[in-house]
Amino acid sequence: MSTATLEPRVHAPRNYLNADYGWKSWLFTLDHKRIALLYLVSITFFFVIGGSFAVLMRIHLVEPQGALVQPETYNKLFTLHGIVMIFFFLIPSIPAVLGNFLVPLMVGARDLAFPKLNLLSWYIYIVGGLFTLYSAIAGGVDTGWTFYTPYSSTYSNTQVTAVAIGVFITGFSSILTGLNFIVTIHKMRAPGLTWFRMPLFLWAMYATSIIMVLGTPVLAITIFLLALEHLFHVGIFSPALGGDPLLFQHLFWFYSHPAVYIMILPAMGVVSEIIACFARKRIFGYKIVAFSSVAIAVLGFLVWGHHMFVTGQSVYAGLIFSLLSFLVAIPSAIKVFNWTATLYKGSISYDAPMLYALGFIGLFTMGGLTGLFLASLATDVHLNGTYFIVAHFHYIMVGGAVMGYLGGIHFWWPKISGRKYPNMWAGIAAVIIFVGFNLTFFPQFILGYLGMPRRYAFYPAEFQVLNVMSSAGATVLGVGYLIPLIYLIWSMRYGPVAEPNPWGATGLEWQTSSPPPTENFAEIPVVTEEAYAYAPEEAAGD
Amino acid sequence: MSQPIVPQKTYLMVFLCLIGLTILTTGVAFIDLGPYNTVAALAIAFSKMLLVILFFMGVRHSSGLVRVILVAGFFWLALLIAFTMSDYRTRAWTPAPDSWSSTAPPTHP
Amino acid sequence: MTDAEAHAQHAGLAHQFEDLEQQQEADALGIWLFLVTEIMFFGGLFAAYAIYRWLYFGVFQGGSHILDIRLGAANTVVLLGSSLTMALSVRSAQTGNRRALVLFLVATMILGGIFLGVKAYEYNQKFVEHVVPSLDWAPEGQTLARLSPGGLEHAQIYFFFYFAMTGLHALHMIIGMGLLLWLVLRARKDSFTPHYFAPVEVVGLYWHFVDIVWIFLFPLLYLIGGRY
Repeated sequence: MSTATLEPRVHAPRNYLNADYGWKSWLFTLDHKRIALLYLVSITFFFVIGGSFAVLMRIHLVEPQGALVQPETYNKLFTLHGIVMIFFFLIPSIPAVLGNFLVPLMVGARDLAFPKLNLLSWYIYIVGGLFTLYSAIAGGVDTGWTFYTPYSSTYSNTQVTAVAIGVFITGFSSILTGLNFIVTIHKMRAPGLTWFRMPLFLWAMYATSIIMVLGTPVLAITIFLLALEHLFHVGIFSPALGGDPLLFQHLFWFYSHPAVYIMILPAMGVVSEIIACFARKRIFGYKIVAFSSVAIAVLGFLVWGHHMFVTGQSVYAGLIFSLLSFLVAIPSAIKVFNWTATLYKGSISYDAPMLYALGFIGLFTMGGLTGLFLASLATDVHLNGTYFIVAHFHYIMVGGAVMGYLGGIHFWWPKISGRKYPNMWAGIAAVIIFVGFNLTFFPQFILGYLGMPRRYAFYPAEFQVLNVMSSAGATVLGVGYLIPLIYLIWSMRYGPVAEPNPWGATGLEWQTSSPPPTENFAEIPVVTEEAYAYAPEEAAGD
Repeated sequence: MSQPIVPQKTYLMVFLCLIGLTILTTGVAFIDLGPYNTVAALAIAFSKMLLVILFFMGVRHSSGLVRVILVAGFFWLALLIAFTMSDYRTRAWTPAPDSWSSTAPPTHP
Repeated sequence: MTDAEAHAQHAGLAHQFEDLEQQQEADALGIWLFLVTEIMFFGGLFAAYAIYRWLYFGVFQGGSHILDIRLGAANTVVLLGSSLTMALSVRSAQTGNRRALVLFLVATMILGGIFLGVKAYEYNQKFVEHVVPSLDWAPEGQTLARLSPGGLEHAQIYFFFYFAMTGLHALHMIIGMGLLLWLVLRARKDSFTPHYFAPVEVVGLYWHFVDIVWIFLFPLLYLIGGRY
């Protein structure tokens, strides 16, 4: 641990953090960097809420008959865990925190195209979050985060309307963020920054934004219809009144499948940045990786029916969706191969961001491969509705997206806060998270294969050992998440002051001070190099 | 958005075309064309939409990027409708066995 | 460039943009992307409509014949007229004609108001005829006679789509009216010049989009299967 130097604030150069003080300067800010921090605090809050629901679930599941809560309450726990984690943590996480902070810096601009819309995005997110918190406090929701009808529309007597309003509202936060990024990347790149000189993080944000803009509105109208059906019982999703519950599923998954790419593409962008920096090498196959990001965004819209193989969809539609689901794996695999090729003969250093990126590659690959089992119609019949699915998506969402998010936070923390964190503790936390994660979720693959259903508050006794293992892992994982929270907050006051480019990385964001001034750059930079212009023989770490 | 100034007369002509198409579509509705009533109505609506987009919304003079974005929006909507519809249209190709009818009496106590 | 022109040029320039042209291009891109989100938003509703129209065509046809085609057609003409006046108001802003700009904006609002008024009357008629799903569903007499051939069992689904689609459209029109009022107030204060009239253009695009939605709603709701 390096000696902490307590720098008196009064001598710190003018930057976006000390440019203005007081709650008004934060709540009415138009600075994309401050808005990013507003999001950072909010999503951390929701991560803790969603994580608490998970902790309760894992405690409950140490006993085959359930150790903690009534089945009705258990249903509410997994529902709210899903809703909070997906809509209020994962979907905003990298785009709204790292994207908001970095996109203007990486393109060499002074702010996003529409700063006021950016602030509005955050307020919309907060209002949506409040509705969801209200629904949790006022009795919860027990429909599963997927809100399948007719249970959610006709039979459930929980706070479906309230949470539907919350999710509906928050969707617009997503839409505005995506819109802002697309316009910024198209119209505000610095002189010399051609499309194929952009860092791959920007390509990832661009692809993610396409999904946000095209997909989220369909979720909005679906939730709107669900709320109308819940209130008026007209019959559009209720078989008893002539409606088709599968129509809800089609509309719901048209967004919710691409939504998982909203969650993973940004993490892939982060990984590209980290791998290039900590292998001191240009990303292998830069253009292919860039095109793969867009390909994932486009193909991701064509596979939603794979969530409905066993709910009554036509077999022929299922065949098409199955084939397309296999195709969408290809661009993701291309990226994994390219990252690996980048590592080959690179000059590798194992700082905390790199540990997260390497963990991502391994865990995302496992999650992705298990997705192929599920894309195959015949095996999905056996695995659907089991813990195999739960393990699959947690490998991607937590082993992938969350590790990508944490890696990004650790990589850009000196830029964001102007401080460095203790590398030893960061490394320890990364390893604890990796171990805890695998202990939590690998047993769930086995449980699912053996037939344990998901969303059940109790299970046959022969599954207890694996469940206890999983719950033990969750404890380790929780400790792992707590450690960065502590040292990152600690670093803001006591961490050594960071220089503009502590990692020796390429990219425009590292050409300005840490933290950057409010206007980002004294003069708009002119780009003359390709991305990732690392000299291969350069020593690791400056 | 530095677009050329369109003469008022052009706007007026487009408006009259739109009115004409509206009269046409209303009139066609009183003639029996079977399934082609729907085709005709949609074709006319599509033409009206094109007139509004090209002339009133200025897409005639807009950049290629705007046109790509617009086409992408419609294409994505077409994907949603087409893929969803393909499920409903092909369900009958593998009809459920008779014993699965929900109105059939239960076969075991 | 004269001092006055330079001032006018910088008057609307936001700090994150290098020049007015970049800002205008960004604004244009922004509103078109927003309209694409609206295409997908209404689109989801159209997709659900398409499925149920295919499943229950007779019901949709019967329900469609309850609607007053004359009011629907008249409202279409009114809304198309409002698109004309909207395009003319943008043109007036382009040519710096402040009086014409205000006049055409007001005309757009009047036509929009007429549309909403007719819509309100039509909604009221549905209550009179007792064909409001879930809230007031008791069709009788002539109405019942016209609905019956298509089948009564799922008729509420058609009327659900009638209310949901025209209601969402009307909501967008009301928001549009608010935006138009805001434009009128700004225009009267001389906020717009031939160099800076982006808000007029942006609201114009939004208004035309809402018009296009109705261009499809009219045949899809009022002209199903013909009225021969």
